[in-house]
Amino acid sequence: MTAETQAPQAELGRARLRKEDARLVTGETNWTDNLVLPGMLHMAFVRSPMAHARITSVDLSAARQIPGVIAAFSGADFADEQGSLPCAWPVTEDIVIPNHPPMATDEVRYVGEAVAVVVARNRYEAADAAAAVDVSYDPLPPVLDMRTALDEGSPKVHAEGNKSFEWVFAQGDLDEAFRDAPVVIERNYRQQRLIPSAMEPRAVLAMCEAGEFTLWSATQIPHVLRFLLAVVTGIPEQNLRVIAPDVGGGFGSKLQVTAEEVLALLITRKLGKPVKWTESRSEGNMTVHHGRDQWQRIRIAADRDGRLRGLSVDLLADMGAYLMLVTPGVPLLGAFMYNSIYKWNAYSFRCTGVFTTKMPTDAYRGAGRPEATYAIERIMDELAAELGLDPLEVRERNWIKHEEFPFTTIATLTYDSGNYEAATAKAKELFGYDQLRQEQAERISRGDPVRLGLGVSTYTEMCGLAPSRVLGSLAYGAGGWEHASIRVLPTGKVEVVTGSSAHGQGHETAWSQIVADQLGVPFEDIRVLHGDTQIAHKGMDTYGSRSLTVGGMALVGACDKVIVKAKHVASALLEAPPEEIEFNHGVFSARNGSGATKTIQEIALATFAAHNLPDGTEPSLDADATYDPDNFSFPHGTHLCAVEIDTETGMVTIRSYVAVDDIGKVVNPLIVEGQVHGGIAQGVAQALYEEAVYDDDGNLLTTTLADYLVPSAADLPSYVTSRTESPADNRLGVKGVGEAGTIASTPAVVNAIVDALRPFGIRDITMPCTPERVWRAIQNAQESGGAA
Amino acid sequence: MIPAKFDYVRPASVDDAVRALAEGGEDAKVIAGGQSLLPLLRLRLAYPELLVDVGGLGDLRGVRDDGDSLLIGALTTHDDLMRDPLVAAHCGLIAQAAGMVADPAVRHRASIGGALAHADPAADMPAVMLALGATIIARGPGGDRTIGADEFFDDYLTTTLSGDEILTGVRVPKLGPGWGYRYEKFHRTAQAWAIVGVAAVARRSNGQVAEARIGMANMGSTPLRAQVAEAAAAGADASRDALRSAAQRADEGTNPPADLHGAADYRRHLARVLTARALAVASGV
Repeated sequence: MTAETQAPQAELGRARLRKEDARLVTGETNWTDNLVLPGMLHMAFVRSPMAHARITSVDLSAARQIPGVIAAFSGADFADEQGSLPCAWPVTEDIVIPNHPPMATDEVRYVGEAVAVVVARNRYEAADAAAAVDVSYDPLPPVLDMRTALDEGSPKVHAEGNKSFEWVFAQGDLDEAFRDAPVVIERNYRQQRLIPSAMEPRAVLAMCEAGEFTLWSATQIPHVLRFLLAVVTGIPEQNLRVIAPDVGGGFGSKLQVTAEEVLALLITRKLGKPVKWTESRSEGNMTVHHGRDQWQRIRIAADRDGRLRGLSVDLLADMGAYLMLVTPGVPLLGAFMYNSIYKWNAYSFRCTGVFTTKMPTDAYRGAGRPEATYAIERIMDELAAELGLDPLEVRERNWIKHEEFPFTTIATLTYDSGNYEAATAKAKELFGYDQLRQEQAERISRGDPVRLGLGVSTYTEMCGLAPSRVLGSLAYGAGGWEHASIRVLPTGKVEVVTGSSAHGQGHETAWSQIVADQLGVPFEDIRVLHGDTQIAHKGMDTYGSRSLTVGGMALVGACDKVIVKAKHVASALLEAPPEEIEFNHGVFSARNGSGATKTIQEIALATFAAHNLPDGTEPSLDADATYDPDNFSFPHGTHLCAVEIDTETGMVTIRSYVAVDDIGKVVNPLIVEGQVHGGIAQGVAQALYEEAVYDDDGNLLTTTLADYLVPSAADLPSYVTSRTESPADNRLGVKGVGEAGTIASTPAVVNAIVDALRPFGIRDITMPCTPERVWRAIQNAQESGGAA
Repeated sequence: MIPAKFDYVRPASVDDAVRALAEGGEDAKVIAGGQSLLPLLRLRLAYPELLVDVGGLGDLRGVRDDGDSLLIGALTTHDDLMRDPLVAAHCGLIAQAAGMVADPAVRHRASIGGALAHADPAADMPAVMLALGATIIARGPGGDRTIGADEFFDDYLTTTLSGDEILTGVRVPKLGPGWGYRYEKFHRTAQAWAIVGVAAVARRSNGQVAEARIGMANMGSTPLRAQVAEAAAAGADASRDALRSAAQRADEGTNPPADLHGAADYRRHLARVLTARALAVASGV
């Protein structure tokens, strides 16, 4: 048999069970909170109970008397060394970026802001001591509504005022597009504030030995964190090692440089002992960065046949009290997505970032794109209703046809591929769209108190963050490349080192599959290492659905280099020039017909021994590669949702949900399915369940999971998922899938709800669409004479 | 969980537990499954100095047939109640409601005694016990005492148990022939508390509702009987319209809370809708 006929089953596309799951589900791993170091101390933070106040005194004396307490500090104790938490995305030249001390020194600006920290031998003593700290405040007026925060006379969050920035973007002649337009629709949509709820709470452990610092953190970004913590604390970068052990989810909330991480380093430096902190769920609800929180004014102009002409978007975005890592950039990621899959003559976008006395907002699954997709997909339904067209029909009249790719949009992005016709046709069929429309009409005509509504979302998104030069043009503070190393060991086993640090995504499995195909080695022979800056020395980490489309491509690049190196060694061993050496499925053979072959494992051993290497050959079968993409990745799809609404109570029940996603080629269908399921759940959560609520004094009311309702499997339907495939413009033909479900599902659900209620004259329900809100909308509509 | 410091005893008999409780005074608390108390300790909303763990008193767990009634031990878990054949045969309402409490992990820990003694007006079991006309059994230094469910719930998280009494069980009359039941729980997620819960039992006779009892969760500072609606239902035709009309009075005499999950007027509306639905099922309509 020749090597060609022994081709093993390709790994790409195999539904492999995840390598990492056994240790994750049996507890045979270390989360940050499980780690124990000799002499380790525990931190507990004293947090502001006031939304806005001047600190008049911090009395630590009683806390220091609690048995077991080693030290207690106020913000003032660190005033000279704690620096300012970084904002890496100054979106405009005149943006206001207020100083953001990790612990407040003179003024607090949101409930939960750290004002003091105690350090004790165990967590119980630390908690007792934190309760004994006496902080006096002089209250200042809170600023809670971004819509009035910019009024003259509004109390100020910062001396510089409540406006952080105004960012604008315009293409085409908007006046022309709206002039004499037969149809103009304007809507205001609310993106409620959300609290990311990762299963693993945030946790930090820091130690310092002989000037060498190690920080373990439940973070998505060990590499970015190392760089920025070095900048903030002044610890030389070469003396700081950051380790993200197994991390239990993030959804963007662990894409952050936090006060607790900074203080852990400062305190371990001061005390010479390891210190640890793990947040409680209620502490986390207050102080993990929040997501969304925008008011969106969207206006579209169209012809009577439904053809779109112009799009205008004006956003107010609540920054919260400070700008954190990418706070101001999050709404701007949406700027390029409001136009979505549709063709426009003109587009203008404006976003004003506003300070309030609330927890800062920042990236949360989808970051800017779910908000944009919601507004455009909601108003497309309004256009359909205005024109008496089916919502899918009005979309089809405007979307980019599949033969038109690559297509440069009005927002100046070039979509590499897509087939909206195919995804929509498949979704309609799986959903039974026409039969459901018929049932909907029947229910109305027989006066059924349970109404049916159908919701559509034909989304796309930009992910795979991202080309470094594009990020640079948007004033983002870092690049968008990713790094990988391949080390073929003497026994022929392979170590893969990735800079894309996973926190639940299954990189160890997917990366093994990719490398197995590229190098022709068994899946089981590959070990993937990540998350420790001393092992994976370079990386840009995991967010924005970037791991596969950027990090995966870096893997392929490193494999290429390994193969080139191996070919040189093979050429010496097979006595043929390198250009005559072929490589197939892990086997090198000479084209000279000798039939002699060498496996990559044999090459690895020969390279290790290095006895007979050609002149100038490095004795190494290792390679590094760094990949910087030319473009974003543009997954798309059609999601269809059917809801039943009990009009007597307002309860909304999802009856069926179909998701057809086009994410190009699939490395592991099982992992993709998990991402789609979880993503849809998080989008449904925004539509129906979740909202961070502050009261009139600025107290967070949703501090527990009894009040901040995160849905579980018991609350969600069984999804019908399927795919279409238009390969992306990269060597694996892949697109990102980490956020697609979340981006798509929120408008699908709310469109379904409004579709069911439209006969009452209702055209919007504010999210989350709680039973009470739905019931009240029906009551109000009936009182004002709406037909049903 | 990082609670404040407390002492802990695990007595071997009910009498030992009563003694420990009496000695602990005001700052002693009974703990069984812990599903209500532990969250309070975790959030440091409660600072007991002594926890008397009755979890070792195995005699208090289980369901016994006692003629016209069932005797349910205080430590019987919600999961036990969902699966118990005597409960299924004679008091199906309890099994139905138990299955809607929180999630499987909670149901395996949470005891019926704890659910009643904690007296959260939003809890499901207190409303169910009102509808079933149950009797609470308690042991104190002076011996056993029985308290009708109607007299048991005193105020928000407060019962008529004295500080040195332990709830040991509950006696529930069997539902006889002709009786039907239904628990309607309205909540936004499966694990969430009831925004409003309505437990109804009804006896049907000759196409009419001969009698009905209705317990309501989260319509005031204690679980409540919907007595006006009960009276209106008694003698009504067993028809959807007649029961809907009786249920219109379900919120009379209530004082529902307003919180993130529902304003008071919405809760009143829900009480009427849910009562109509519960009565319809209980009456076999």
